[in-house]
Amino acid sequence: MLSTILDITYLLSALGFVLGMQRLSSPDTARRGNLLATVAMSVAILATLIYPFENAPNNYLWIILSMIVGGAIGWIAAFRVQMTQMPQMVSIFNGLGGACAVALAMVELVLAGQQGGATYGQMAILLSALLIGGVSFSGSLLAYAKLEGRVKDANITFNGHNIFNLVLLAATLGLAVWLGMQADTVPTGLAIGLMVLSLVYGFSFVAPIGGADMPVVISLLNSFTGLSAAAAGLIYGNQIMLIGGIFVGASGTILTVLMCQAMNRSLLNVLIGSFSSAGGSTQKGQGDQVVKEITYTDMAIQMYYAKRVVFVPGYGLAVAQAQKMCKELDDLLSENNVEVFYGIHPVAGRMPGHMNVLLAEADVPYPKLLDLEEANDKLGDTDLAVIIGANDVVNPSAEDDPGSSIYGMPVLQVWEAKNVVVLKRSMRPGYAGIQNPLFFHTKTKMLFGDAKASLQELVTAVKSL
Amino acid sequence: MDLIIEFFQNNLLLIYLLLFTIILGFEVISKVPTVLHTPLMSGANAISGVVIIGAIILVRQAAAEDYFSLGIGCLGIILGMINVVGGFAVTDRMLEMFKKRK
Repeated sequence: MLSTILDITYLLSALGFVLGMQRLSSPDTARRGNLLATVAMSVAILATLIYPFENAPNNYLWIILSMIVGGAIGWIAAFRVQMTQMPQMVSIFNGLGGACAVALAMVELVLAGQQGGATYGQMAILLSALLIGGVSFSGSLLAYAKLEGRVKDANITFNGHNIFNLVLLAATLGLAVWLGMQADTVPTGLAIGLMVLSLVYGFSFVAPIGGADMPVVISLLNSFTGLSAAAAGLIYGNQIMLIGGIFVGASGTILTVLMCQAMNRSLLNVLIGSFSSAGGSTQKGQGDQVVKEITYTDMAIQMYYAKRVVFVPGYGLAVAQAQKMCKELDDLLSENNVEVFYGIHPVAGRMPGHMNVLLAEADVPYPKLLDLEEANDKLGDTDLAVIIGANDVVNPSAEDDPGSSIYGMPVLQVWEAKNVVVLKRSMRPGYAGIQNPLFFHTKTKMLFGDAKASLQELVTAVKSL
Repeated sequence: MDLIIEFFQNNLLLIYLLLFTIILGFEVISKVPTVLHTPLMSGANAISGVVIIGAIILVRQAAAEDYFSLGIGCLGIILGMINVVGGFAVTDRMLEMFKKRK
């Protein structure tokens, strides 16, 4: 009787996951959606704690202590992290989920070895959980290190890295298949060897992928963790793990594809990391082109007396933590009846929606944030476009230079505005590693410096008008 | 071949379940606006922490003197718990900021 009630509880939890994710699809219901998913998870965990297993020793003390430790670490980490570091945090959390699947698979493999083997089906499930979880764990940690800027791409890649990865993948899968054949003995040493190989592969797999593509990678690894959770669910014949894992696996995959589409690249292209090496035809005749600089006062006047100004934020705004300063400038301009809006490119920042989260943190009203199409519709009728630390997402080469490596990527057509000012630290190219003709455009003026410092100067300049 | 047919017939319901869950996952996500992609990814990440349930089952069934299973199992619970609690808390923090305006 009790077990039936708990099975129904699992069913309701699965429903809670799906409905929660669905509510996340609208800003108005998103928070409730997350709450629903949280409740569903708590209920599922509670049901697992009291589920009647025959002759189970239970070990409740161990479980509760571990839950308290893990819960406390997660809680503190979640509230300590800065909004700009959110993507890294998600990556770490995701990696730990993968590590959990690895731990489960290892224990079950060792137990299977002690108890005289497993069926081929069980081996396939265990080895999948081990492999996928391992790749997700080490890959997520490297993605974290890359986003934190602790690892230089050049230090962990070498010539022929992609070929090495293919060989490594083949070796890892080969060992997995061979180990799967040993179902009647399950040698522990080999299982540990496979775990090590999958960890090495996860690291090596993420290594050649550029820092700007980390969001795509995190999303992909997120779906990996989901799949490893589902595989672990098969081990225990547990429906909620299976449904939750597969659901996340599917949604992570579609999110990954959507992100690639926003950059007009294929997933394969992202994964082999060919972005920076491709396309050389854009590097033509920059010697005779000059950039024009603008002073703070001139720019302040231009903004203050404009009818409509668009801010285009990019990663530069995020690293400088300039979102609040941006909002302050916005307020000053709005008081003078300047219509201010924000053009948000889908892949601006480090994750889709990253800019929206940052700007929302600074209390920028939601209706002011326009997506790519809405912003492009309005840009022709805009007096001044202010680019704050964005680069590739406003590169006209994407539209008019078929030789460019970002040709075909949808971009914000800021050059349609009457004037353009680019706030930038230096003339260094963006993550795609290509030059941006926008900086040499007749309409464009440059304002060099850290985004936050520049905006601060502009606020002061506007106030003194 | 016989093995595959046998597997298919034994797990027919499971295969249906997987198929429809995958389609459901695709459908739910494809409607989410870009602005919510980061919280969404974070929320999905928290849900992938369901793997903790496996760790709990493992520890509950482990013999009291089987320190290997207990140790690794508890490590699994800690890792899974960080993923779940941290994941949902971070998602809520992000969404809280969307709510403040108005």
